[in-house]
Amino acid sequence: MSLSDVTMSPAGGAAAARSSALLSVRGVKTYYGNIIALKGVDLDVHEGEIVTLIGANGAGKSTLMMTIFGNPRAREGTITYAGRDITRLPTHEIARLNMAQSPEGRRIFPRMTVFENLQMGAAVNGFAHFDEDLERVCKMFPRLKERLQQRGGTLSGGEQQMLAIARALMSRPRLLLLDEPSLGLAPLIVRQIFSVIRELNEKDGMTIFLVEQNAYHALKLAHRAYVMVTGTITMSGTGRELLENPQVQAAYLEGGRH
Amino acid sequence: MEVFAQQLINGLTLGSIYGLIAIGYTMVFGIIGMVNFAHGDVFMLSAFIALIFFLILTTWLGISSVALALLLVLVIGMLLTSLWGWAIERVAYRPLRGSFRLAPLISAIGVSIFLSNFVQVAQGARNKPIPPMVRDVVVLFERDGYAVALSYKQIIIMVTTAALLAAFWYVVQKTPLGRAQRACEQDRKMAALLGIDVDKTISMTFVMGAALAAVAGTMYLLYYGVVSFNDGFVPGVKAFTAAVLGGIGSLPGAVLGGLIIGLIETLWSAYFSIEYKDVAAFSILAIVLIFMPSGILGRPEVEKV
Repeated sequence: MSLSDVTMSPAGGAAAARSSALLSVRGVKTYYGNIIALKGVDLDVHEGEIVTLIGANGAGKSTLMMTIFGNPRAREGTITYAGRDITRLPTHEIARLNMAQSPEGRRIFPRMTVFENLQMGAAVNGFAHFDEDLERVCKMFPRLKERLQQRGGTLSGGEQQMLAIARALMSRPRLLLLDEPSLGLAPLIVRQIFSVIRELNEKDGMTIFLVEQNAYHALKLAHRAYVMVTGTITMSGTGRELLENPQVQAAYLEGGRH
Repeated sequence: MEVFAQQLINGLTLGSIYGLIAIGYTMVFGIIGMVNFAHGDVFMLSAFIALIFFLILTTWLGISSVALALLLVLVIGMLLTSLWGWAIERVAYRPLRGSFRLAPLISAIGVSIFLSNFVQVAQGARNKPIPPMVRDVVVLFERDGYAVALSYKQIIIMVTTAALLAAFWYVVQKTPLGRAQRACEQDRKMAALLGIDVDKTISMTFVMGAALAAVAGTMYLLYYGVVSFNDGFVPGVKAFTAAVLGGIGSLPGAVLGGLIIGLIETLWSAYFSIEYKDVAAFSILAIVLIFMPSGILGRPEVEKV
C-alpha cells in the first residue's frame, strides 16, 4: 500500500466529506509563546467511532488534546463539537458540553480520596445518576472499589490511570478523550484498560478519541487513525490500513515486530 | 498556677482572633499561591464596619439587646466585608493572574496601603472607641486574693470562633464548593477540565476569607473596645505568622498556629516582659521553621507522582 492511499488532504478526504463529525478540528495552530506546537491540524471524530492519534514524543498529541479543551487556546483555526464552535469557549464551559478528558499525566487530585476524585468527575452533570455510575466504574475497576477512601496520591501508577479514566466516565461523556492511558503500565493492566475502552465503545456507544504511543494496541482498537509528526497530521486511514503501512511499521511499530 | 490559668484563657482568646484571620491567608495562599498582604487591612476595615453598625444599631435604632446587636453586626459585617474581599480580588488580583509571580504581591501591598489610608481619611486618625458591650465575668476560682476570671466577652469570642470554624470546615470538606476549592488548590488545570469555573472558585475563596476576617474584626472590637486605622498591620502580620507556623495551606494549621502565637504572646507578657512579646513570638516561629520548614501541620514538599 502506498502512502497516497492513506493520506488525506486537509478537509477534503472521505471522512471529512461526511458532514456529521461530532468533533471537527480545522487548521488549528497552537503556540507556546512564540514556539509553534500545532502547525495547522485537521482531524475528525465521528459519533460512535474510536479514533486514535499516534506519534512520537513531542509531536503535539497532548497539545491537541488540551487545545480541544481550550487550554492552550488555538491561535488559528476552528474546533467544532456537536455542531457548535467551541474554539473560543473557556475550558470549564467546554467541559460542560458532555465531553470528558483523561489528560496526560493522569492529574489525579492527590490529597482527595478516590471517592472525592470520582465526585469531581460527576460534578459537571450535577450528580445525576451518581450512585449508578459509581457502581459501574467500581465494577469496571475493582481495584478502585477497594480504595475508595484512600487518598489519590497514594495509589500506584496503574491505579491512578484507572481512576483518571473512571473520573472521566463519571459524567457519562458523549465524547471521551484519553491521553496515553497505557503510559508506564504493566502489560496486563494495559490489556485491561484497552478492553475497557473497547467495551465502552461497543456497549455504550461512546465516542472515543485516543492518543497513544503504544501504537500497536491503539491501532488495532481504532476504527480510524491519524499519525502526527511535529505538529502536523501526516497520515490517516483506518486502523488496519495504518497498522499495515510500512512507514508506520518502521516508525512506530519497530518494523512490525510485536 | 492562677496566673498561668488566667493567661491561658487570655491567650486562647487572642489566638482565636489570630486563627480566624490566618485562615484567610492560608486559603488564598493554598489556592493561588499568593500572600494576600491586604488581608490584615481587610480585618481592620471589618472592625470599622462593625463599629459603625454597632453604633447605628444601638444609638439610632435603639436596640437595647446586646446579643441581638452583636448578632446583627456580625452578619452585616460579614456580608459587607465579603463584598470588599470579592471586589479587591476582582480589581487588584484577577487582572494580574498569569503575570509574573511578584505582580499580585505588589498589588496586595498597594491594596493594603489603600485600605489603611482610606479608613484614615474616612474615619480619622484617632482611636475609635465603643462603649463596653459585655462586662460580666465568671470567676472560675480564687486563691490568695487572685481570681481567675473568664469574661463573657472571652466566652463569646471562643464560642463564635469554634462555631464558625466548624461551619467553615464543613463547607470545605463536605460541600461541592469546598471540593471545587480543594480541587483548584491541588490542580487548577484539571479542575477546569472537569467543568469547575476556576475564577469563580477563587472569588469565593476571597469572599470566605474576608467573612472570617470580619468575624475576627468584630471580635477584636468586642475584646478591646477600640480600633484605629493602623490596626490591620500588626494583627495581620501575626496572623500570617500563625498561618506559616501552622503550615501554610493547612486550615487546622492556621487555627493551631493562631492559638500558639496567642498563647506565646500572653504567657511571655505575663512571665517575662510585655515589650518583648513580639520578639518571643517571632523567635519561636524562626525556631520552628528551622526544624519543620513546612510548618507544624504543613505537608512536606515531596509528593508521590
